[in-house]
Amino acid sequence: MGSWILLILLVAVAFWAVGAYNGLISLKNQTLNAFKQIDVQLKRRHDLIPNLVSSVQGAMNFEKSTLEAVIQARNQAVQVNAGGPDAVKQISQAENALSGALSKLMVVVERYPDLKSTGNVSQLQEELTSTENRISFARQLYNDTATQYNTRQQQFPSSLLAGMARAAPAQLWEIEDQAERAVPQVDLSMKPKA
Amino acid sequence: MSGDAAPNLFQQQEANRRRTSWLVVGFVLFFAWLGFGGDYIYYLSTAHAPPGAPHHTFPWLGLVLTAVAIGIAWYGYTTGPEKVLWSTGAREVVTPATDQEKVLVNVVEEMAIAAGIPKPRVWIVDDPAPNAFATGIDPQHAHVAVTQGLLDLMSRDELQGVIAHELGHIKNLDVRLMTTLAALVGVVLLIRDGTGRFFWGGGGGSGESGGKGRGKGDLGALAVVLLVIWVLSWLLAPLITQMLAMAVSRKREYLADAMSAQFTRNPGALASALQKIETSDAPATHLKAGAAHLCICDPLDRKLNDHPGGLGDVLASHPPIEMRIIRLRGMGYAQAKGSDGL
Repeated sequence: MGSWILLILLVAVAFWAVGAYNGLISLKNQTLNAFKQIDVQLKRRHDLIPNLVSSVQGAMNFEKSTLEAVIQARNQAVQVNAGGPDAVKQISQAENALSGALSKLMVVVERYPDLKSTGNVSQLQEELTSTENRISFARQLYNDTATQYNTRQQQFPSSLLAGMARAAPAQLWEIEDQAERAVPQVDLSMKPKA
Repeated sequence: MSGDAAPNLFQQQEANRRRTSWLVVGFVLFFAWLGFGGDYIYYLSTAHAPPGAPHHTFPWLGLVLTAVAIGIAWYGYTTGPEKVLWSTGAREVVTPATDQEKVLVNVVEEMAIAAGIPKPRVWIVDDPAPNAFATGIDPQHAHVAVTQGLLDLMSRDELQGVIAHELGHIKNLDVRLMTTLAALVGVVLLIRDGTGRFFWGGGGGSGESGGKGRGKGDLGALAVVLLVIWVLSWLLAPLITQMLAMAVSRKREYLADAMSAQFTRNPGALASALQKIETSDAPATHLKAGAAHLCICDPLDRKLNDHPGGLGDVLASHPPIEMRIIRLRGMGYAQAKGSDGL
């Protein structure tokens, strides 16, 4: 009788261990996949920017510095992105700089109604809005998945299996740059107070 | 906030898979009862007939009806999404032609990223009433449809909230249950129209077999009781399936609202979208009763949906919009308070 109970307990523990191990592996892959999604969207943004720049360039000769800042930030970001998932920190810094430069450009574009009314520019603006949204949603999904993965690794009792599943805490995608945090406020001040 | 706004997705998906199976099994069993029950009643009523008279021994009615039900259930399960889209006259947006369609496709792609599911196919229904629905068997084969009225009325953020709500239905597999239900309810409604004519037309026939049974003692009484239940099942089937559809969809709306808030992190946008839908009085022209429980808001604008409690709790397909808005605003408030505290 006693040996039966022991056997049942062992089987139950084995079942739990397999389930928990597989759960960790599946979360690990989900996290990796979510990271790849950010990559895809960042690539999309990098491809979009030359288009955007060339279509507003003519009308914005005197805003050269803004445009150059965008181009520079973009090239910097493309370079850093080649580093792969290990360089999360650098990538997010470069991309945040690019976001800042882009939103400044968008604020400037708002000042030129003629430019905005050109079909091409307004379409590009929609593309850019969408791309920015995609990037932030991809980051959100990555952060949510990574948080879930990290929590699972640290929580008892699945933490016992974390070593076996080679689970290491995933870095979250954070907004590091103080200037980047301040950008929305700059944006607000452009609009007339309601 | 994601803690309480995101119920265990896996459990939710499992529950929906299980409920879909039960729905299909129940549907088939119901038809089997109609068939074999009818056979049994017929058998009882002919059991004591004189040797020369016809005896009903082979349950052909039960076999045929069960086979038909299995066929219908399979057909409904596999072609449900197409049938739902077809019934609303939706057209697919493959390459966006206008800026409006471009925004729609972009928003769907954005929200698919946020939800972490493949991008569903996008459809537009030429209906002036603002509404939206999702259908499909699983996230890999899913469809989102919005009405022209919704596109005209909503801002980009509000559209995001609505689409995120629909993707919530897709992600937790509500669509599988709801679409199967829509397909099966559609069949039962058709049968009701058919059998209504049969019963009112052939009422004399059933009365006759009941009269026969009464003369035969115990077995006859059983036959009469069975017959009454049997006829009642035929008559009540449409009502029961519709109530099932309503009950199944009501709880899900709150859940999908919460998932929308989780995907967009902007519950206020969906709240104001619902407000706009509520105050719009454009009549629904394409979304009919069969697909009502799939929509984000009841297209039939039934008064039942407007009041919490009472009859509305049993018969309405959607919770009152007011309640949904209050809950969403509550989430927004909690979110704002949370970020202030940091």
